[in-house]
Amino acid sequence: MRTLNGFENDSGVIHLRYMQALLIIVGLTFLLVARVVYLQIAEHDRFESLSQENHIDEVPLKPVRGLIYDRHNEVLAHNVRVFNLEVLPDRIRDMPALLSELSHVVELTPDDIRQFQTTLKSRPSFERQILKTNLGEEEVAIFSVNQHRFPGVELNVHLQRNYPHGDLTAHVVGHVGRISPQDRETVSQRGDYNGISHIGKIGIESHYESMLKGQPGRSQVEMNAHGRIIRHLSQALPDTGRTLHLSLDIKLQEESMRALEGYEGAVVAIEPKTGEVLAMASVPTFDPNLFVNGISRTKFSELNASSRRPLFNRSIYGQYAPGSTIKGFMSLVGIENGYSHDRRVFCPGWFRLPNSNRRYRCWKKTGHGYVDGNSAIEQSCDVYYYNLAARIGIDRIHEGMSRFGFGQKTGVDLPSERSGLMPSRDWKQTARQQPWFPGDTVNVGIGQGYMLVTPLQLASVTATLANRGVSVTPRLLRMTENSVSQQLEPHRVPEKEKIELKGNRSYDAIIESMRRVVYGSRGTARRLQDGMLYDMAGKTGTAQVVGIGQDETYDEENTPKEHRDHSLFVGFAPLQDPQIAIAVIVEHGGSGSQVSAPIARRLIDYYLIERLNMYAQPEVPSFGEEA
Amino acid sequence: MATDQRPLFSSLDFPLLSGIFMICGIGMIALYSASGEDVDMLIKHSVRLGFAFLAMYIVSRIPTSTLSTLSLHLYCAGLVLLALVLSVGIIGKGAQRWIDLGFIRFQPSEIMKITVPMMASWILTKHPLPPRKLILFLAVLAVAAPCVLIILQPDLGTSLLIAASGSVVIFLAGISWKLILSLGVAGVVAAPLIWNLVLHDYQKERIITLFDPWSDPLGAGYHTVQSMIAIGSGGARGKGWLSGTQSQLEFIPERSTDFIFSVYGEEFGLAGVILLLVLYLFLVARGMWIALSIDDSYSKLLAGGLSITFFIYVFVNIGMVSGILPVVGVPLPFVSYGGTSIVTLMIGFGILMGISRRIRPY
Repeated sequence: MRTLNGFENDSGVIHLRYMQALLIIVGLTFLLVARVVYLQIAEHDRFESLSQENHIDEVPLKPVRGLIYDRHNEVLAHNVRVFNLEVLPDRIRDMPALLSELSHVVELTPDDIRQFQTTLKSRPSFERQILKTNLGEEEVAIFSVNQHRFPGVELNVHLQRNYPHGDLTAHVVGHVGRISPQDRETVSQRGDYNGISHIGKIGIESHYESMLKGQPGRSQVEMNAHGRIIRHLSQALPDTGRTLHLSLDIKLQEESMRALEGYEGAVVAIEPKTGEVLAMASVPTFDPNLFVNGISRTKFSELNASSRRPLFNRSIYGQYAPGSTIKGFMSLVGIENGYSHDRRVFCPGWFRLPNSNRRYRCWKKTGHGYVDGNSAIEQSCDVYYYNLAARIGIDRIHEGMSRFGFGQKTGVDLPSERSGLMPSRDWKQTARQQPWFPGDTVNVGIGQGYMLVTPLQLASVTATLANRGVSVTPRLLRMTENSVSQQLEPHRVPEKEKIELKGNRSYDAIIESMRRVVYGSRGTARRLQDGMLYDMAGKTGTAQVVGIGQDETYDEENTPKEHRDHSLFVGFAPLQDPQIAIAVIVEHGGSGSQVSAPIARRLIDYYLIERLNMYAQPEVPSFGEEA
Repeated sequence: MATDQRPLFSSLDFPLLSGIFMICGIGMIALYSASGEDVDMLIKHSVRLGFAFLAMYIVSRIPTSTLSTLSLHLYCAGLVLLALVLSVGIIGKGAQRWIDLGFIRFQPSEIMKITVPMMASWILTKHPLPPRKLILFLAVLAVAAPCVLIILQPDLGTSLLIAASGSVVIFLAGISWKLILSLGVAGVVAAPLIWNLVLHDYQKERIITLFDPWSDPLGAGYHTVQSMIAIGSGGARGKGWLSGTQSQLEFIPERSTDFIFSVYGEEFGLAGVILLLVLYLFLVARGMWIALSIDDSYSKLLAGGLSITFFIYVFVNIGMVSGILPVVGVPLPFVSYGGTSIVTLMIGFGILMGISRRIRPY
């Protein structure tokens, strides 16, 4: 220790510094206080809301998708419980080991594993990931027994869309699928999709998406920094989508599919009074359940590449030359334009325009001789209609046929139906950059050339005829139902419009002619009448797929299948108070009378007799058998 | 003075002791909340506190003259340990900081927090103040040597704190302002060099995010941003004990150690913060009063140095969590969970108490 004197000197120096140090301390303390006051008082509101945003989150609650029934309350689309195997990645230490261990218990395909590993990389590790969907009962049982060996692996139940009738309804009811990037735009327009993973892709599922999807609920939750839900704060429950009751009769649908088995084609059946679609079949078809959770690449390309085009809904997308099926309408247009139904035309088996050498052949090479409108329809004389069309001219044909709805969308409640084509001068100029030739008109007269229709359109115009000119918009949805209150609400009634003709009796005349197609001694569909319990009107059609040269003859046996004619038939029954109007198209089926007409008869029989129980045989009382 | 005839606990300074108790109490309350109501952690913390109090008591009974004599030895021992830790230290947190004696692991750099001010005081008070250039050079060297070793570990935060504790002593010893200013200028000039040659990337990142933590709120700025949100959302009165969403839901990183002030600030608000600051200032003021009252230069320098260093810890920690200083690993004295630092702190206060007993009436 140094001297006391030394200390006193030191002391003075140190004390001065202490004062300065104290000042600095006070200054720094003031700085801290100022900072805390800034954070806690001045900026409190901002930080308060930031802290709220941090930990309060809204979790969507998935609504249940509305069910779809047919007209007799048969389920067409519902939601079934499926077991999914899910993994909590952040609870798994050794993922490859787990997967190989698991594969002894549950069958894991390389596809399952690949998909799982891709999602694993892109999603946060605290989020559950699906490893395998739709476990079978046995797998569920085996896994449940072994669950204790796999901490972090869970068996969870989900509701999954299912179509119990599978391929019967694939085109018309359609199916849902996972929301894809392409769906994003639609999704943003159709409102709230929070928590909803699937969307209607085609058919009714797509058209009535907004009714079916329901309204997502909200659960306000508190989350920690790792995104785990700590507790639920408040909840707004989701609303189940509306239940749809369709006009479809699944039994008739099934019968239609069966009738078309082995062919490529379509059947559309409509209840004429209401426009309700009873059956809409397109064959071949596919299993819509494959698409619900994403179809495998190989399966899809198999379906997509098939030359039979199972994914193609022929009933509203297929456009075909209607052939003779439109002759009745052509006659109506003729009558409207002053060409009487009783007018007689000589059919030598061919037709030639004045100043032309080109011969338009009648299907009957030897010709029909003298035919009037009545027998022209009954026997499907082409020459009569070549003649008629050439006389009316394309402008009036276009105008007249358009009134019945040819070339226009029917307005059915399905997405993007095709409009078919009712050709005109303007159309040809625009679409083909060519003037209209008189020969074009001749072809249109027998539903060939440029004219195209969809099966639905054919059924729809046939219904108009059955209604004696009252056209109805075909529709599939009859009623919707609130899933909670079960209150039924009829869907909008389709617009009815009476297509007024000058000749009051025109419709009846044409219907009579079409009745003779079936009942006339020379009717092209006269073979149908055997054992028929009701009256029907119909018209066969055989549409050329490939043009046949001037001097060639069509020889079905030796024509490759893809060049064979399409077989068509339209008809309705019973004549008084029609219950069903039908259009049948069988691609490359050959003549309408041979293939499509019997199919139509079979389906009308089935519908009227089996489904509507009309013409039921009175029960014969039996005696003594029970004793 | 070698033997102490006075009652057993007379070495303890009552005002300091009560202040420390109160802060430790607040610390326990905050820690219970910050740990997610983890009683085990609280027990561990209490045991450590017990050890620390014991260390404080023992140190408080050592006469200042003995400390003064031991300054050089302790300092040299510390240096040797630091050198040792560099060569054989085990890896901890990616840096070599620990010495493992089997039954206890400790950081030699913690010892230096005490021995550096002791050494500086010892060198400076060997001769009249203010120090001559040679003495000053020796003192600066004594402070710089351990700092360099600690930077090499690398532990910039601790190194800076130790440099600060030594510098405070040198400052109190009365070096001229001219020198201080020229050092300041030299610092400004050297800053770019240090930036490029000395600082690690993670340290640079911390300094960059200090100036703009919101530029990367989910990355480098995450600590600061979440901490500021916690404190700010606490408001005037706080969200209430155990009710801070930022802390309870784990948005605050290191919430029971370096960032415990955020938990406290969120749950107890400005009122709680002011209370804690008052208590800290009370300890500093008491330490300063002791320094001013004591009648030998070594004790005066050491007491002042320890008190102001203590204030620096508080300032750096709160400054860091409230976003005005970069994130350096400095615990909040007596509140943060963590072993070695609390023992060091208590030893420092033990020394202060040992000094104060000479001026206390009791």
